[in-house]
Amino acid sequence: MSKALFEYVLRLGDDSLILGQRLSEWCGHGPILEEDIATTNIALDLIGQATTLLEYAAHLEGKKRSADELAFLRIDREYKNLLLVEQENGDFGKTIMRQFLFDAYRKLLFEKLLSSSDEHLAAIAEKSLKETKYHLKHSSEWVIRLGDGTEESHERVQDSLNELWRYTGELFFEDEVDTELKGSGVIPDVSDIQDKWNELVMNVLAEATLTIPNDNWQFDGGRVGKHSEHLGYLLSVMQYMQRAYPNMEW
Amino acid sequence: MKEIDLAELERDFQAKIDADIKIEPKDWMPDEYRKTLIRQISQHAHSEVVGMLPEGNWITRAPSLRRKAVLLAKVQDEAGHGLYLYSATETLGADREQTIDDLHSGKAKYSSIFNYPTLTWADMGAIGWLVDGAAIMNQVPLCRCSYGPYARAMVRVCKEESFHQRQGFEIMSKLANGTPQQKEMAQDALNRFWWPALMMFGPNDAESKHTAQSMKWKIKRHTNDELRQQFIDISVPQAKLIGLSIPDPDLKFNEKTGHYESGEINWDEFWQVVEGNGPCNKDRVDTRRRAKENGQWVREAANAYAEKRRIRKKAS
Ligand SMILES: [Fe+2]
Ligand SMILES: [Fe+2]
Repeated sequence: MSKALFEYVLRLGDDSLILGQRLSEWCGHGPILEEDIATTNIALDLIGQATTLLEYAAHLEGKKRSADELAFLRIDREYKNLLLVEQENGDFGKTIMRQFLFDAYRKLLFEKLLSSSDEHLAAIAEKSLKETKYHLKHSSEWVIRLGDGTEESHERVQDSLNELWRYTGELFFEDEVDTELKGSGVIPDVSDIQDKWNELVMNVLAEATLTIPNDNWQFDGGRVGKHSEHLGYLLSVMQYMQRAYPNMEW
Repeated sequence: MKEIDLAELERDFQAKIDADIKIEPKDWMPDEYRKTLIRQISQHAHSEVVGMLPEGNWITRAPSLRRKAVLLAKVQDEAGHGLYLYSATETLGADREQTIDDLHSGKAKYSSIFNYPTLTWADMGAIGWLVDGAAIMNQVPLCRCSYGPYARAMVRVCKEESFHQRQGFEIMSKLANGTPQQKEMAQDALNRFWWPALMMFGPNDAESKHTAQSMKWKIKRHTNDELRQQFIDISVPQAKLIGLSIPDPDLKFNEKTGHYESGEINWDEFWQVVEGNGPCNKDRVDTRRRAKENGQWVREAANAYAEKRRIRKKAS
C-alpha cells in the first residue's frame, strides 16, 4: 500500500508545487498591488503544501530522497501533476479561471481527506483545507467579477474557460493507485467529489454569466507523467540552480 | 489668509515639531512640508514596488523549497510596504493613480539600487543583507518622523525589514561557507552590490540640498553621511565574519575615531543611474507600466461589477 500511497501523495504534492511555481511568475506583475499580494500569498501557501506533501512522499518512498530532491531533481515524465496546473498563466483572467477550477476540486478533496484512514494525510488535509477555502473564495469572487464585469472581461474569461475546460476531466482521473487506496479507506470515492464539484462550479459560473463550452473533449495524462509541452519549460527554470550546481546546499 | 496669520501658523507648527508632537493629516502644515513629504513618501513607495522586481527575478529559480517560500514572503512584504506608503501619501492629499503615473512617466524617482541587475542567486543574499540593511538604517529614524502616518507606517515596515536583512545575510553566509563555487558567487555579488549600497544614502552632505530643512522639520534625523558611516561600521565586520572581503582597497579602520574610513564613491556613476542610465532603469519602469496596462481591463471589470451590484442592491 505504501507504494500506492507514495504515488498518490506525490500527485497531490506536484499539483501544489507546479501551480505554486506558475503563480509565483506573477510576483511584481499583478494588475493591482492588492492582487499582487493575494496571488503571491496563494503561491506561498501552495509551496508550503508542496513542501509538506513532498516530505511525506519522500518518507513513504523510503529511499532517503528529500523533498527538495523530489521537487527539483526528477525528469519531466516523473512529475504527476494535473495538466491543468501546468498551463501557462495567460492573462489575469486565465490565471484566475485555472485557479478557480482547481480550488473547487481541492477544497472538496481535502474535505473528504479529513476522514482518511491515513492519519498523516488527514492532518495535511486539515491544515491545507483552511488555506484552500480562502483560495476558493478569492478565485470565485474574481470569476464572478470578471464574468459579470465589462464586455471585454466577460469575453476574455469566457475564452479562458473554453480553453481550460478540457483539462477538468482529469481532476477525476482514477487508476489502480486510486482503486487500491479507496479500498483501504485512505482516499474518498472520486465520483462523490465530482458531483459536488459540478454543482459548485456551475453555480459560480452561472453567477458570472459564463457558460460551459459545447466542445467537451477531455485530455488526461498528467497523473501518469504524460504532460503538455509547457511543463518542460517550467521545469527548466525551476530546476536551473539544482542542475547547474549539483550536490550543494543553499 | 493675512500674512500675520500665516507667520503665526508657521510658528505654532514649528513649536509642535520642536516639542515632538506628531503632525496629523488634518493639522495645518506649510505647503513646502506637505510637498516634501509627498515627494519623499511617494519615492519611498515606488522603491518598495520597483524593488520587488530584482528579487522577483529569482523566485522561479530559487534553489530549494524553503528559499522559494522565504523569497516569496519577502517580496510580498515589499508589496505591502508599497501599499502602506501609497496610503500615507493619500493622507497628504496625493492621488494614488497620479502618483503611480509619475513613476511610469519617469517624473518620479525611486531608489537607484533597483536599477542594477540580479545576475546570480547570491544577489538575493547581497540584496537582503546590504540593501535591506541600508534601508533599515534609513528607516529606523523615520519611525520618529514628525508626520504621524509616515512614522506609524515605518514602525510596521521596520519590523519586517529586519527579517529581510537576516534572511539575506543567512543566504550569504551559507554560500560563503559552501563550496568554492558558492563562495565565489557570494564574493562576486558583494563586489557588485557594495558600492551601489553605499550610494543608497544619497549624495554627500555638502551636496544634499534638502537635508537642512528636512532636519528642522524632523522628517530627517541624521545626515546622509552619518547614516552611511553607521552602515559601513556595521557591515564591514559582518563581511569579515563570513569570510568575504569588501571591494574597497582604501578601506581602513581608524583606531582614534573607532570608525572605518572608506574610499571615494563613484559619484558619476551615482548621477548617471539617477538620471536614468543605470543598467535596468528602462526595464524596471517598462515592467511596472506594462503591469498597469495589462491590468487595465481587470480594474475596469472590477469597477463595472461593483457598480452593477450597487444598482441591483438599490433596486431590490
Ligand atoms: Fe520594504
Ligand atoms: Fe525589505
